[in-house]
Amino acid sequence: MSEVYPLSTAEPPAAKILLEATGISKSFGPVEVLKDVGLQLKAGEVHAIIGENGAGKSTLMKILSGHLAPSKGALKVNGEKIVFTGPVDAEKHGIVLVHQEILLAPDLTVAQNIYLGRELRKGLVLDERAMADGAHRAVLDLGADIDPGVVVNRLSIAQRQLVQIARALLVPHRIVIFDEPTASLTPVETEALLKVIAAIRKKNAAVLYISHRLPEVKTIADRVTVLRDGQLVGTYAGADLEPVDMARLMVGRDVSKLYPDRAEAKTGGTVLEVEDMAVPGFVKNAGFSLKRGEILGFAGLVGAGRTELLEGILGLRPAHGTVRLKGKPVHFRNVKQSMDAGIVYLSEDRKGKGLLLGQNLKTNLTLAGLDRFTRGMLIDAKAETQALDKAVRDFDIRTRNRDLLAGQLSGGNQQKLLLAKMMLLGPEIVVIDEPTRGIDIGTKEQIYKFINGLAAEGKAVIVISSEMPELIGICDRIIVMRNGEVAGEVSGEHMTEAEIVVLATGAKFLAA
Amino acid sequence: MNNITATQTARRPLSDIDLRAVAPFVALAALLVFGALINPNFLGLDNLTNVATRSAFIAIIAVGATFVISAGGLDLSVGSMAAFVAGTMILFLNSGAVSGDTGMIAAAMLMALATGALCGLANGLITTLGRIEPFIVTLGTMGIFRALTIYLAEGGSIAIKSQELRAAYRPIYFGDVLGVPIPVIVILAVGIIGAFIFYRTRFGRHVTAVGSNEDVARYSGISVNRVRTLTYVIQGLCVAIAVLVYVPRLGAATPTTGLLWELQAITAVVIGGTALRGGVGRIWGTICGALILEVVGNIMVLSDLVSEYLIGAVQGAIIIIAMLIQRSLGRR
Ligand SMILES: Nc1ncnc2c1ncn2[C@@H]1O[C@H](COP(=O)(O)OP(=O)(O)OP(=O)(O)O)[C@@H](O)[C@H]1O
Ligand SMILES: [Mg+2]
Repeated sequence: MSEVYPLSTAEPPAAKILLEATGISKSFGPVEVLKDVGLQLKAGEVHAIIGENGAGKSTLMKILSGHLAPSKGALKVNGEKIVFTGPVDAEKHGIVLVHQEILLAPDLTVAQNIYLGRELRKGLVLDERAMADGAHRAVLDLGADIDPGVVVNRLSIAQRQLVQIARALLVPHRIVIFDEPTASLTPVETEALLKVIAAIRKKNAAVLYISHRLPEVKTIADRVTVLRDGQLVGTYAGADLEPVDMARLMVGRDVSKLYPDRAEAKTGGTVLEVEDMAVPGFVKNAGFSLKRGEILGFAGLVGAGRTELLEGILGLRPAHGTVRLKGKPVHFRNVKQSMDAGIVYLSEDRKGKGLLLGQNLKTNLTLAGLDRFTRGMLIDAKAETQALDKAVRDFDIRTRNRDLLAGQLSGGNQQKLLLAKMMLLGPEIVVIDEPTRGIDIGTKEQIYKFINGLAAEGKAVIVISSEMPELIGICDRIIVMRNGEVAGEVSGEHMTEAEIVVLATGAKFLAA
Repeated sequence: MNNITATQTARRPLSDIDLRAVAPFVALAALLVFGALINPNFLGLDNLTNVATRSAFIAIIAVGATFVISAGGLDLSVGSMAAFVAGTMILFLNSGAVSGDTGMIAAAMLMALATGALCGLANGLITTLGRIEPFIVTLGTMGIFRALTIYLAEGGSIAIKSQELRAAYRPIYFGDVLGVPIPVIVILAVGIIGAFIFYRTRFGRHVTAVGSNEDVARYSGISVNRVRTLTYVIQGLCVAIAVLVYVPRLGAATPTTGLLWELQAITAVVIGGTALRGGVGRIWGTICGALILEVVGNIMVLSDLVSEYLIGAVQGAIIIIAMLIQRSLGRR
């Protein structure tokens, strides 16, 4: 592995320094999440910030953009010391932040959201026309054709993310901070965004860029700053760092072997058979089967109907078709029935459908399996606490304080908590939708190992994912969906990105 | 990241105590001190038991409202429902369907509880199955219950006819056990049962979950509609319990019975620290909130700082101030 050297401070900065942070610390109550972090941002550079979940990346970005005040430390913009009074103040200095979370008004339209707080007017009345045009242009620039008149809660997560980016870029900017903009984007949309970022760089503005997709960081970053545990590991020239090096610096150990071995995997009898499944508006005619001890992947483009198919089977949305569980026909009318039958589903929308962000860890952990913690009518609080202790140990949930709310955990730890919550039900079949979205590489490795362990115990696992390397790395077999139908299935040596893409896009038929 | 987890469980520093949970009790204590300074009679046992007794109706109803609001719902119909339950209960008492005063009263009480539960069930089913905003549904049933009461009363009031029955029923409001007025005992009983259900049972946990995030609750296998509907049934039962204590007080249901109780109940719930958006409920805070409302009224009567006619304005100001305090405590 190549050695990496931090850029020495002696090296003269070629470009103008737009933003400089020195000695930044931040505490939430007694917990210090950033310790003495320094950062320089030069004009015309794309500066990536990487680190594990909870390393403090988002917190640092919020401080740089005026959303949070640092507990200690100073900021300089264009060489002048400054204390931001709030995000609006930072925007006046040309600093905008695209949040990691989607912060849009769900009942307003795309155009209304993009211009929220800075509406265009013609005299006294709103200039709807100009705003619709401007919004449409803004999303087109991002390579997406989204109708500006459509209400945001009708959009997919990826589309919402693009709207949020469009909204931020409307502010006159010198520094744009992207906090995991690509976590829910597909390769096509990601590529378009990277082009936009290149254009910002060309205008001699600067970009701060956070991502857990290290190859993406490699292609785009001029410099990379690594945070670990709230502390600065170092700032490096992008050209010097390979993704493995980044991973090692982030995690503090070698993570070159991301996927566990599936070679000796043994599968048993068929547990689940699905035929002629239809989910109105999303899926038609879908079928597949699943064996004990097997890890079955579902690939496809966003909107291919993978989530909807599984949600339909499990009683989370109206659907019809034949489902046989261990040979017996079943029809789940609600998710409770499928849970009782031994199937659990972990939603891709961890924050919206997986966890109660405003409640503590214990409440979240036992919510689905509360039956197991009640004696007569009473909840057994002691058993709950013990379960939390066990979950924290088994799933390596890292939290400094057990009384935290689920929403205060980092993304990776939220995912582990969600896994722990569903595993309490003792399922035979586990369906995991986008298991590693927004999750750092060290935790990914843990989650893969964990999924592998489930299969080794004889459980059947279904993984839905938009990350092809992940599916290829952990699955025995991959079903590819396209436009709400099963386009094909690959296994063994046919599990390659090329074959999956052909099936997912239908390119084969176009070529023929 | 540091992994110093396993050891840190029981120890809770003082700074960890949720100020929002204690704020209503501090406020009540402050009011008691203030009242004592203004009028020495205020802290007398007689006056305080009186105040507590008078807060019974709102306190009991507000415990039910805590369930509804914690689950993300709202019930504006409680005042009219109280009038309707009281009216039908008295009509039943007057019907002489059961012989013997005690038997008659017991039967009427059961009937009232059933009526309350059914009214709540109606609210619950219409909101959940009809997928209509609870604000609208209960605004509608508020009008319906009120109009039905006035119709049954033929525009006037409904009174218990039999003097013996009145006398037999009277102690439920005016009586006491070892010096503790029965309405106060009822408040405590409702509070204890309510807190038990809310904090210690699976249903209570589900109420908070549904109020925090409906989708998460659904994906966790919780029947959201069932939980929501049941909170309205609990609300109906609480209204009926309040009516059981209310009827012997005047022995009648009048067109003004329960007027504006819904606002007072919601005020008590909010002062008590329950989040109006759902997900956080505080049963004892709610009862404390109801006491605060009554104490404020009492202080205004006993002092001549502000005209009694302004009680409504002061109560209105209290709810706003309470929200502001909650906000600033929550932001730290
Ligand atoms: N409001 C808060 N109160 C308490 N702790 C917080 C708060 N916000 C963040 N934290 C904690 O601060 C730490 C850093 O969080 P931050 O969101 O900055 O991490 P991150 O590097 O962006 O992680 P991810 O990759 O998951 O987005 C975490 O341990 C988190 O639990
Ligand atoms: Mg983050």
